Amino acid sequence: MTTATAKLRASPLDALQRWLPKLVLAPSMFIVLVGFYGYILWTFVLSFTTSTFLPTYKWAGLAQYARLFDNDRWWVASKNLLVFGGLFIAISLAIGVLLAVLLDQRIRREGFIRTIYLYPMALSMIVTGTAWKWLLNPGMGLDKLLRDWGWEGFRLDWLIDPDRVVYCLVIAAVWQASGFIMAMFLAGLRGVDPSIIRAAQIDGASLPRIYWKVVLPSLRPVFFSAVMILSHIAIKSFDLVAAMTAGGPGYSSDLPAMFMYSFTFSRGQMGMGSASAILMLGAVLAILVPYLYSELRSKRHA
Amino acid sequence: MATLELRNVNKTYGSGLPDTLKDIQLAIKDGEFLILVGPSGCGKSTLMNCIAGLEQITGGAILIDQQDVSGMSPKDRDIAMVFQSYALYPTMSVRENIEFGLKIRKMPQAAIDEEVARVAKLLQIEHLLARKPAQLSGGQQQRVAMGRALARRPKIYLFDEPLSNLDAKLRVEMRTEMKLMHQRLKTTTVYVTHDQIEAMTLGDKVAVMKDGIIQQFGTPQQIYNDPANQFVASFIGSPPMNFVPVRVTAQSGCLVAVLDSGQARCELPLAGAAAELEGREVILGIRPEQIALGGAQGNGLPGIRAEVQVTEPTGPDLLVFVTLNQTKVCCRLAPDVACRVGDTLALQFDPARVLLFDAASGERLRLASTTASVMDNAAASTGR
Amino acid sequence: MHSAVDKPALSPARLAIHAVLLVAVLLYLVPLVVMLLTSFKTPEDIGTGNLLSWPTAITTVGWVKAWGTVSGYFWNSILITVPAVAISTAIGALNGYVLSMWRFRGSQLFFGLLLFGCFLPFQTVLLPASFTLGKLGLASTTTGLVLVHVVYGLAFTTLFFRNFYVSIPDALVKAARLDGAGFFTIFRRIILPMSTPIIMVCLIWQFTQIWNDFLFGVVFSSGDSQPITVALNNLVNTSTGAKEYNVDMAAAMIAGLPTLLVYVVAGKYFVRGLTAGAVKG
Repeated sequence: MTTATAKLRASPLDALQRWLPKLVLAPSMFIVLVGFYGYILWTFVLSFTTSTFLPTYKWAGLAQYARLFDNDRWWVASKNLLVFGGLFIAISLAIGVLLAVLLDQRIRREGFIRTIYLYPMALSMIVTGTAWKWLLNPGMGLDKLLRDWGWEGFRLDWLIDPDRVVYCLVIAAVWQASGFIMAMFLAGLRGVDPSIIRAAQIDGASLPRIYWKVVLPSLRPVFFSAVMILSHIAIKSFDLVAAMTAGGPGYSSDLPAMFMYSFTFSRGQMGMGSASAILMLGAVLAILVPYLYSELRSKRHA
Repeated sequence: MATLELRNVNKTYGSGLPDTLKDIQLAIKDGEFLILVGPSGCGKSTLMNCIAGLEQITGGAILIDQQDVSGMSPKDRDIAMVFQSYALYPTMSVRENIEFGLKIRKMPQAAIDEEVARVAKLLQIEHLLARKPAQLSGGQQQRVAMGRALARRPKIYLFDEPLSNLDAKLRVEMRTEMKLMHQRLKTTTVYVTHDQIEAMTLGDKVAVMKDGIIQQFGTPQQIYNDPANQFVASFIGSPPMNFVPVRVTAQSGCLVAVLDSGQARCELPLAGAAAELEGREVILGIRPEQIALGGAQGNGLPGIRAEVQVTEPTGPDLLVFVTLNQTKVCCRLAPDVACRVGDTLALQFDPARVLLFDAASGERLRLASTTASVMDNAAASTGR
Repeated sequence: MHSAVDKPALSPARLAIHAVLLVAVLLYLVPLVVMLLTSFKTPEDIGTGNLLSWPTAITTVGWVKAWGTVSGYFWNSILITVPAVAISTAIGALNGYVLSMWRFRGSQLFFGLLLFGCFLPFQTVLLPASFTLGKLGLASTTTGLVLVHVVYGLAFTTLFFRNFYVSIPDALVKAARLDGAGFFTIFRRIILPMSTPIIMVCLIWQFTQIWNDFLFGVVFSSGDSQPITVALNNLVNTSTGAKEYNVDMAAAMIAGLPTLLVYVVAGKYFVRGLTAGAVKG
């Protein structure tokens, strides 16, 4: 089968058009490959070297990781992350869910109340830390306020108590993030089919029971994203520690992010700092991978 | 105005994946209205996108006015398309929507104004020109979408299920209007639909597709009367053709199909059936409207007696369901036939109208008596 | 969900709900009120009163001193934030446009790779990034910070636009292509005019993220090029001299006001941005 007429060719301009999408995306592709993955690899390599103040590419094997695991401060930071992260996530979720459910009851000034709950999220962690450092100031902050108000025996000196300072971080972080969790769950609640609640009411269930047994279980995806986001915030928490405690007293309120910064940039322990960064990445992946896996799977089934 | 020809068009999204389009072969003349019809996923929309140049074909050629356009970009093919979702530009007014393609083609503003006025008048949307698409009803949006296509005066119009987002009543109205429009403008049109009524009523030519393959290509009458296989036969026609499994036996030198209603048995003579069919299980196809009522209530002739199981009066017709060879069979009778569930009717099958299909492949088994019409079709129909 | 309770009557249960919500409102407001009250007090007043005591005399001394200390850094933050927000949003819009409407082999893979950037702990890129800025001669400059914020903001800006654009029907682009429009014409004439809401979301998200950033600021800047968050932290955590809490609080307010203002003015978009891309720490 031959065509009598010649095949009409696309003009060079058309060829350019065909390449345009790729050309437009190319700089970003370069940035992502180099700035994200290349740099991660670079840091990974550094963590296997003897680098201190300057990068040197002398192979050190797992020595930096071994030093890290021998470092008491790293273990304090890791333990703090577990305590801080666990409490921060649990309390933020509890408060967020409670406020969302209460706000869902046809409250008159709902918009205004929601705005108040959420405003801390607009602030920098540095501002939050500064504010709470002052509020939790032993002798001048809430400590004094409650005594002034007649609670004679009240003491609040957690900020200088190495065993309790991490709770101060939890309080400030919960204040900042719980309103956001509220907003997430409120949006989720608004998406629940009202006929489900009608049906449950006809079955004779009380409202709290309906929420507990029917509505909240249907918000499982919101719950998972909230945990995901909160744990991500916890792992990356650096500014809050910097502003509130700078890791102190001593290094009792250190978090891995803080540890990484001070060993890498202040103490000239580039190799060990890189090793700690890689472990942080590992922690993020440990949470992220199962989450993404379940997300993708549920999407495929949908 | 133009002719359109597809030569062995193939489309695959990657090696290892099944072909989305396989050896598509068809041609329409200048001014003809071609319908691509088939179930969802049959490749009809992909084929349309390939004609438009929105997707690249991986083999074969697409010819518009004898010129191979397969390598050309959509804008150079001089094609306009009306989409199922209408795809009106939401931030532009109706006028701007219609003008957009003309402005990009650098038509002088005076000519643009004239063209917009012509199209608006033709489609009776003059009063809508200043509105945004969101302010229009579904039917109005549909008109604007058509207006946008008409304004360009392209060689070929493509319609991608343009009526399927309209409600039933408006759909019937617009269908008639489209037919009128085509009769007036005589534009070469390719129209994709999954609606067999649209296919039958609008098309000059119909291509029935399944799994990326054209099952049959011909006029609506050819498709209806002389389907190439069981799929085409079942897809076109409503209520669909009845398919009854039958055994072919020889009776006094003539092949017959045996029908059993539970009450009675009858042998339907298969004039012209090939001798090798004897003893085989085949599928007998007969359309509900081709079953006549015999006996006292009907034309007085004898027929197979069968018990009425369900009746469905639709208004213009009475659909009666009986069981033959353990298969439900629908008969389309006159609405004034008095019959109730449990009654026995005498049904007549016109031996000249019944079709036979291979039980395994669904391919048509030709009877000698229909050979003549097959010969007639040979020029237009490519089938498989 | 709202309609579950059809007629809110003033039952004891509803009173309790209102009470809890009101107490929560007060608790969320306390830190802001304390900051404001403290910032308008004199140091002596702070010593004698308590957090919530009314200033004996309202004074702006703290604010004046705070502004004198941080104003230069405030301008630095503006100098960093404005271009970084604009550039990262523009690139994100184009990326999202390609990734949703001009997909090609590999573009989905790229999107997956990019998405991971939303979760990336920046500690893993700090060192190589600082080496690179040094090589480019951009170490300790606001330009360097702009570059870093653009690069690491891309994941989110692209995600915003891509997710917005995938909900726009393909047919729109197809129709425009048949009308003869090319890649950029379609973007400028059809897609961009539809994008106002997502542009707002993206601008506000990037503004809050970049303005509030501390990590990049403290690592990649020094002295005169520091953003306000770093300056605030330095001010609050210096151990020399007597602590002037009124100045600290006024400085914290100055650092927080721009984002608070945006939140009050465009809260709707802020919340949408949070829920759309709420994965960044």
